[in-house]
Amino acid sequence: MSIVVDIVLLTLLAVAGIALLRIRNLFAVVMLAGIYSLLSAGLFTVMDAVDVAFTEAAVGAGISTVLFLGALALTGHHENRPGHTPLLPLIVVSVTGLALVYGTIDMPGFGGADNPVHHHVADHYLEESPNEIDIPNVVTAVLASYRGYDTWGEVTVVFAAAVGVMLLLMGGRRSRAAASGDGRAGGDGPANGDGQAGGDGPANGAGHR
Amino acid sequence: MSLDFFVSHYNYWVVIFLMMVGFYILISRGNLIKKIVGLNVFQTSVFMLYISMGKITGGTPPILVGDGHGGEAVEHVVYSNPLPHVLILTAIVVGIATTSVGLALAVRIKEAYGTLEEDEINRIEALVEASE
Repeated sequence: MSIVVDIVLLTLLAVAGIALLRIRNLFAVVMLAGIYSLLSAGLFTVMDAVDVAFTEAAVGAGISTVLFLGALALTGHHENRPGHTPLLPLIVVSVTGLALVYGTIDMPGFGGADNPVHHHVADHYLEESPNEIDIPNVVTAVLASYRGYDTWGEVTVVFAAAVGVMLLLMGGRRSRAAASGDGRAGGDGPANGDGQAGGDGPANGAGHR
Repeated sequence: MSLDFFVSHYNYWVVIFLMMVGFYILISRGNLIKKIVGLNVFQTSVFMLYISMGKITGGTPPILVGDGHGGEAVEHVVYSNPLPHVLILTAIVVGIATTSVGLALAVRIKEAYGTLEEDEINRIEALVEASE
């Protein structure tokens, strides 16, 4: 039965993807991207990835929508009609897509219990983590212990991104203030940057325990 | 091509379709915010590919059933593969970090050029170079 839900959700995602491509009002695009993220969170739940689903719902549908709306408030929400003909991109995308589909023909079917992915360290994690880590949620055990360096690197990336956002937006205010007395847009930018950087760190930390 | 083959590969094909939609938005649209949305669609499709590979039909989420302390393991429980889930958790967070830097760059470009359309930015650049 869950395969039916799986197929319906994937089809809805494909429809949302096409709508994202065609709509030119960026406000609608951002809202649709939120719906897209929520649909994918539902798909992750169906595919047993509950931790991924709630992270995607919080980060993809929540924080990222807020960030996009903040950026739209500063930049306006109209997209111009593409000037050049989209023929070359269409060819590139079709060729790449066909090559990838050809690659999937050899892939093991969806949901098979003896697929090669399931036979490396995954067995060890499932069998030994109760003894070695003693946490019922295996995903948490792997994230925080077996692959702790990974998570540490990820926190470094988030920190670098937060610093980058702050430097980009606050540097803008200083040069603008030096150039002219127009503080309106400059005053908005940094306030938004602080919100972004501040919103990033703790929320990600919470999503990740 | 049987129905079984279609059902067992439908996930991969929709993932590839979504990936190509994101790629197409990225290379064919001129607006920088729209490009970032396309990049997000591309990223999410990769997440779905990984999670699809971790799923086992009839499995449960990888949260141990029973007392959870290694004691009496409950028999006949199939868990989906936890490893792709962990990798994708990391990828989601890195994705939001890159998105926020991209949006900050877009805001700065809007301040500097007054537009977010790629062709207009190129035109302004050309004018500036010509006047120097």
